Amino acid sequence: MEQVPLSHVLILSSCLFFLGIYGFFSRRNMITMLMSIELILNSININFIAFNKYLYPHQLEGVFFTLFIITVAAAEVSLAIAIIINLYRKFNTIDVEDTNTMKF
Amino acid sequence: MSTYDIAALLILLLPILSFAGLSFLGKRITPCTAGIVGTTVLFVAAGLALFTAYGYFFQFGEVAGAYAHHTSLEINWLQFNENLSINLSIILDPISVMMLVVITVISAMVHLYSFKYMHGEERFATYYAYLALFTFSMLGLVVSGNLFQMYIFWELVGVSSFLLIGFYFTKPSAIAAAKKAFIVTRFADLGFLLGILMLSYGAETLDFFVLIERLTQPDSVYLASFTATSFMGLSALSWGLLLVFTGGAGKSAMFPLHIWLPDAMEGPTPVSALIHAATMVVAGVYLVARLFPVFAISAPDALAIVGYIGVFTALFAAVIACTQTDIKRVLAYSTISQIAFMMFALGVAGWGEEKAEGFTASMFHLFTHAFFKALLFLGAGAVIHAVHSNEMKDMGGLRKSMPITHITFLIACLAIAGVPLLSGFFSKEAILNAAYHGNPMIFYVALLTSGLTAFYMFRLYFRIFWYKADEHGHHNHEKGMWAMNLPLIILAIGAAFTGYIPFGDFVSADGKPFELPFHLTFSIAPVLAGVIGIGIAWMMYSKQNSNPDKVSASFGRFYNWAYHKFYIDEIYLFVTKKVLFNLVGRPAAWFDKNVVDGMINGYASITSTTSEAIKGMQSGRLQTYTLFFLGGVLVVAILLIVNFI
Repeated sequence: MEQVPLSHVLILSSCLFFLGIYGFFSRRNMITMLMSIELILNSININFIAFNKYLYPHQLEGVFFTLFIITVAAAEVSLAIAIIINLYRKFNTIDVEDTNTMKF
Repeated sequence: MSTYDIAALLILLLPILSFAGLSFLGKRITPCTAGIVGTTVLFVAAGLALFTAYGYFFQFGEVAGAYAHHTSLEINWLQFNENLSINLSIILDPISVMMLVVITVISAMVHLYSFKYMHGEERFATYYAYLALFTFSMLGLVVSGNLFQMYIFWELVGVSSFLLIGFYFTKPSAIAAAKKAFIVTRFADLGFLLGILMLSYGAETLDFFVLIERLTQPDSVYLASFTATSFMGLSALSWGLLLVFTGGAGKSAMFPLHIWLPDAMEGPTPVSALIHAATMVVAGVYLVARLFPVFAISAPDALAIVGYIGVFTALFAAVIACTQTDIKRVLAYSTISQIAFMMFALGVAGWGEEKAEGFTASMFHLFTHAFFKALLFLGAGAVIHAVHSNEMKDMGGLRKSMPITHITFLIACLAIAGVPLLSGFFSKEAILNAAYHGNPMIFYVALLTSGLTAFYMFRLYFRIFWYKADEHGHHNHEKGMWAMNLPLIILAIGAAFTGYIPFGDFVSADGKPFELPFHLTFSIAPVLAGVIGIGIAWMMYSKQNSNPDKVSASFGRFYNWAYHKFYIDEIYLFVTKKVLFNLVGRPAAWFDKNVVDGMINGYASITSTTSEAIKGMQSGRLQTYTLFFLGGVLVVAILLIVNFI
């Protein structure tokens, strides 16, 4: 079976990455912004796996990095959700435009 | 460590423990307990000091026919390099052991005396704590084996005397006096510090005995390089020693730094006894005596200057003492005069057995003076306690109502006047003898001064105890005053008999015993001067009459000058207020307000303007921040791409 070329996988991950960036800047809902961050992280995971598989198939470093990133991402999500819940209790909204009191 | 070393350490530790205990627990215990604790501690210390003195002079001090110095304790405290270190040590040698005895005994007497004198005082425990601190600092000063340790304790003495002089801190005059004493001595200590730096630079050590050895051996390289440079006709070594002497002159109230001492009378009277008799004021004499070999062998020119300053101060203070009317002030000027006697006795001495008799004479006078001057002050305190005034005009005829004070005061006056068979006679005789052989000009001035001494002391005595009938009735002022009378009696015994100690056997410049010369024919002139002084005082003050006014009128302007202390205080005020404040103080204040403050304010306003301008960047919007971040990442990425591809 003919393999999928590396460039296809990289195009996929770049699409995911910029989708995530776009979502992060255009959405005002914090939950959606969090999901966009997850997209960015996952696009990076794909990159790691792809490079590991295509360039150094006998090694496993890329896979390990991916596992670490997933773990860190899970922790980050739990923290972010906690912050968002607290913000909601204080401001009664999760719109990022309305929670801009932390400034000069 | 031998028993004597432990005793010497305890002498130092007991007062500081008493100070710590009394200042921390002073509020919890009754004043009576505080007084008993403080007094007991000092009596124990005095006992230990006598024990140490016995041990030093009769057991272990004498090595090969001379008293050598003995290091009881040495702790290496700060090591700068292999040559220079600051050690904390306890050194026993003839003069330090003698000073230990003098300080602890006088301090114990003062403690006991204060028990009654300060009775009912609100800060009684604090008073005893300060007394203990003062005693500790003075003891630490005399046992120092290191110039810098001495300087540390020197400053501690300054601080504790400041606390004691300003003890009545609600009285503005007491605060002013305390500040004056502190500032004047502090100013002099600047000279001392510079002197220490010069000496330690030249000799590359701070240890007294190493320093003395390095600066007195004729073939020493240190001495050669130190004396090679000179300034205004005096070698660098002489300048260093004179700077050290400046510190000593400040503490010992030599002209022109004597102005603090008469004002220090604002403190409680027992404190005056402690400061003026045994402790603070002799620190300067002690310092010169410590460095005496360097002075005498390597810098006789500096020593001569010490002698001239000393003899001038002696005469100057004696003249002022004749005109003062506050009895404590008379005693203060007499102290200045007597300390100056010790100072010029050192100044006329040289090196070598016979020539160094001035050294022994000076230490001898220090020893005897401690007793009779403490006695005079404590007696004056008793009089003030009874009359409630310091002024002579409120006194007179007190001999019937205060018999013990009267007799002890008379003994002290006879001793200080140099009347034969009392202690002052022997020591003053030795000083005059040394001056006669060392510098005849100083001798004649000193002879005149000792006549004046007899006059003003007996003026004081007649004025307090005779002059007129007692206005205070005939009730006894001394009933139930054993705490005040006992020290007077003990000190009177000391003042009468300490002269019979063969002092030359114990204390001499090189440690070898020698006999103080005593010539019967020589003592005719000083005794005659003293007797004439007493006689004139008797004619003028034994009964109420108009002679004093006539005499003072005949002196005219000179009397007025002396009465106003030759306007030295006014000159100081003029120099500080008019000259220093206007020419230095105000420009410095202007510079500080405009230039220094201006620079700081300028920095602050630049900072605040900048942050005001850029604070809009902190908008509180998460997405704006991320945009900046992304922009940064893109710029870095572009740079990488441009550089590496």
